[in-house]
Amino acid sequence: MKQKNTILLSTPYGLWMIGFTIIPLLMILYYGLTGRDGGFTFENLKLIATEENLKALWLSIRLSLLSTLLCLIIAYPLAMILRNTKFKNSRFMVMLFIMPMWMNSLLRIIAWQNILERKGVLNTFLEFLHLPALNIINSPAAIVLGMVYDFLPFMILPLYNTLVKIDENVIHAAHDLGANNFHTFTKIIFPLSIPGVISGITMVFVPSLTTFVISDILGGSKVLLIGNIIEQQFQKLNNWHSGSGLSLVLMVFVLISMALVGKYDKGEGSANVW
Amino acid sequence: MVNFRQFLRKFYLGLIILFLYAPILVLVVLSFNRSKSRSKWGGFTMKWYSSMFENETIMLALRDTLLIAILSAFLATLLGTASAIAINHMRKVPRAIMLGITNIPMLNAEIVTGISLMLLFLALDLNLGFFTVLLSHIAFNVPYVILSVMPKLAQTNQSTYEAALDLGATPLKAFFSVVFPDIFPGVLSGFLLAFTLSLDDFIITHFTRGATVNTLSTLIYSETRKGIKPEMYALSTLLFVGVLLLLIFVNRLGKNEKEVKN
Amino acid sequence: MKNKNLIDKLTHPVGLFLAGSLIVTSTFTMAGCGNEDDEIPFTLEATGDYKAGDNGEIYVYNWGEYIDERVIDIFEKDTGIKVYYNYFEENEDMYPIVATGAAKYDVVCPSDYMIQKMIGEDLLLPLNYENIPNISNIDPEYLKSAENFDPGNLYSVPYCWGTVGILYNKTMVDEPIDSWGVLFDEKYSQEILMINSVRDAFMIALTYLGYSQNTTNEAELDEALALLQKQYPLVQGYFVDQVRDKMIGGEAAIGVIYSGEAIYTQRENEDLVYVVPKEGSNVWIDGWVIPKTAQNKENAEAWINFCCRADVALANFNYITYSTPNKAARELITDEEIRNSEIAFPSSEVLNRCETFRYLGEEAEAMYLNKWNQRGNQ
Repeated sequence: MKQKNTILLSTPYGLWMIGFTIIPLLMILYYGLTGRDGGFTFENLKLIATEENLKALWLSIRLSLLSTLLCLIIAYPLAMILRNTKFKNSRFMVMLFIMPMWMNSLLRIIAWQNILERKGVLNTFLEFLHLPALNIINSPAAIVLGMVYDFLPFMILPLYNTLVKIDENVIHAAHDLGANNFHTFTKIIFPLSIPGVISGITMVFVPSLTTFVISDILGGSKVLLIGNIIEQQFQKLNNWHSGSGLSLVLMVFVLISMALVGKYDKGEGSANVW
Repeated sequence: MVNFRQFLRKFYLGLIILFLYAPILVLVVLSFNRSKSRSKWGGFTMKWYSSMFENETIMLALRDTLLIAILSAFLATLLGTASAIAINHMRKVPRAIMLGITNIPMLNAEIVTGISLMLLFLALDLNLGFFTVLLSHIAFNVPYVILSVMPKLAQTNQSTYEAALDLGATPLKAFFSVVFPDIFPGVLSGFLLAFTLSLDDFIITHFTRGATVNTLSTLIYSETRKGIKPEMYALSTLLFVGVLLLLIFVNRLGKNEKEVKN
Repeated sequence: MKNKNLIDKLTHPVGLFLAGSLIVTSTFTMAGCGNEDDEIPFTLEATGDYKAGDNGEIYVYNWGEYIDERVIDIFEKDTGIKVYYNYFEENEDMYPIVATGAAKYDVVCPSDYMIQKMIGEDLLLPLNYENIPNISNIDPEYLKSAENFDPGNLYSVPYCWGTVGILYNKTMVDEPIDSWGVLFDEKYSQEILMINSVRDAFMIALTYLGYSQNTTNEAELDEALALLQKQYPLVQGYFVDQVRDKMIGGEAAIGVIYSGEAIYTQRENEDLVYVVPKEGSNVWIDGWVIPKTAQNKENAEAWINFCCRADVALANFNYITYSTPNKAARELITDEEIRNSEIAFPSSEVLNRCETFRYLGEEAEAMYLNKWNQRGNQ
């Protein structure tokens, strides 16, 4: 009975996956492994090995890791506060952190430019307070800020959702058994929240690895990210073969890094199995 | 001591709210700027708010954006939740495969997804338009729904569901009375993420929209070369304030109900 | 308790919102209160000269904000043809849509090198000039320039054109600027906004070195790359669209910009000066073409003809401030300063030192891009 239901439930999605995930993936594989003449080749994959492309990949990984880490560090206490504070309306509070994303992200990133520029809002404000100016526009720091800004809500939501579900009695029990706050956190709360942590990491790390708009606008294109390189192949050269080849390489990198994350995920039924 | 901790908590919340809302404030201010340039204050004006309503392109794009976002989020939530439950019941290996494939659209750069979907639709000889955009949006939204629902499913207790079945409930009834309330927050956040991603998407829409559909995002991107039209700031401001008021209203409503109950 | 109330207020979203608005508004300098006369009078009327052909509809694909949208209504009134008007952001965004037939547009407005590429790939239909009598309004000089990428003017009619040049803030430099050399001058370190477009950036370096902007000679390109690498630490950032607002806001002393934007930036900040450097530059032309996939060719030709009407071209020029190749429209400009503007209508002396881009083929374009990506390697 149970098995039948599972099959019934998974069939529509199975079909959907074939149509909208597997077939597009095969097309990328096809383009990535053929040249413009249609012949089989590894040339597109080898493109990653040029000095500047490797540099871009390495920088993308570093910046994405940093922004994911920052998102986690910022969002975890926030989710804990949202969980622990008995707001009359916790849903409303959570919505407050989602709503900014309903304004177009390009507009919001352009607005950050207004804030961070040399003569921008922030520096005008600092000057008013007789504080030294902050010059991070057009630097990797500005890119990280943009990524954290853009993807923070993707970390907050899953964290909050798993934390709020942890039974208060479990925590009380830990306290009763003599655990202090620190131990309760490391031994009880954090392990129980790992599925949410992993969902959050995935939803922040992956999009920040492929972004190119943020580095164009806030980074002044002074550094190239792998997202820029792929976008260039498609947009500037209209070369779907080299673009697909580079995407394949990037996909492999993401798979490997998610596998590393997945190692920490011992819990049954987590959101990720890499 | 408790008060100080309370203060720290609120301070932290306030700080993050400031971080998230600072650029939105800038956009609100820009919507009243007479100058079309974002870096010059040309005096206060409300004219963008009126010219926005006269612009048929913007209004049509607004309608299509909202329609696509709501429909795609709803359908993706439906599909994603059902799939998450099915995947959750699978044995380890098929489960790993299903989840692995699910995550692929997220791993791809958007432009790769956009172009491959476009080629797929052309190969199927579909007319590119509203329908293909909707399909594409569901396609990139589903993984996010599954990612939101799975952690909640992991926390639900399988035995309560089985207990309900033992007590004679139909599987559907058992699901809606036992499992669904437990995973509802995950379903809701999946819906919200899907709605948000759909609102914001530009690249995939660009490749799948054909010649008849515009969304606000495609309009905004096409304006970057000549400068964003201030009408866009005005429209975003109105939408934002509208949603905020709606939230406050719903919130009040909920509170009153609670008071009545008490 | 009192304290808690205050915190409540501070963290209350609406309170925060208001406090923030105050901060933001107060930081904007309240320079001038703008006047109402920034609206250009619009007196265009339908003439009823045209007939609707084909299906009575037309699909137009143009750059965003690249037309005074009021002329679209006039066209519909005039011809009874329903216009479906759509925007693209870059030539490269438009290309795959048109090339694959993902959307079947009747008339599109790409730039010179893209038109050449599309002709080469057999994506365009030749125009029937019998349906475009207003072509006589177009200055023959621009038709001649257009022959660089469209020999015989078989496929395209020029719509807008311009030069690439330096925009500088005269309060932030202490010498008259007339050479690309300032972009490589250490004196202006961190005050330079370089253009983030492969061909344009190499055009600058190549022209400065005295080479052709259409070169495919690798040694010349390497020399240009060395120059761009030397420039890298001096540059504040590489931009295309953002140069306009950054220069208006005084973020940098020198920027590279298209001439059409220069007129607009000067309206917003009068300290800005535009110059086409003495070494020469690029002159670009965007033109109307009809893709092979077009379903309404006659309507497309009616559209092109309409865009060549003097009063229509004038309305568009007033709105987008990019130079018009329409000499009849130029004669209608009442503001003498604009009609004789050296930015909008540079003298032939300036134009003679400019070149247009040619499409160099896939391999050469890839070589340019690879080298451009090496600009940060020291």
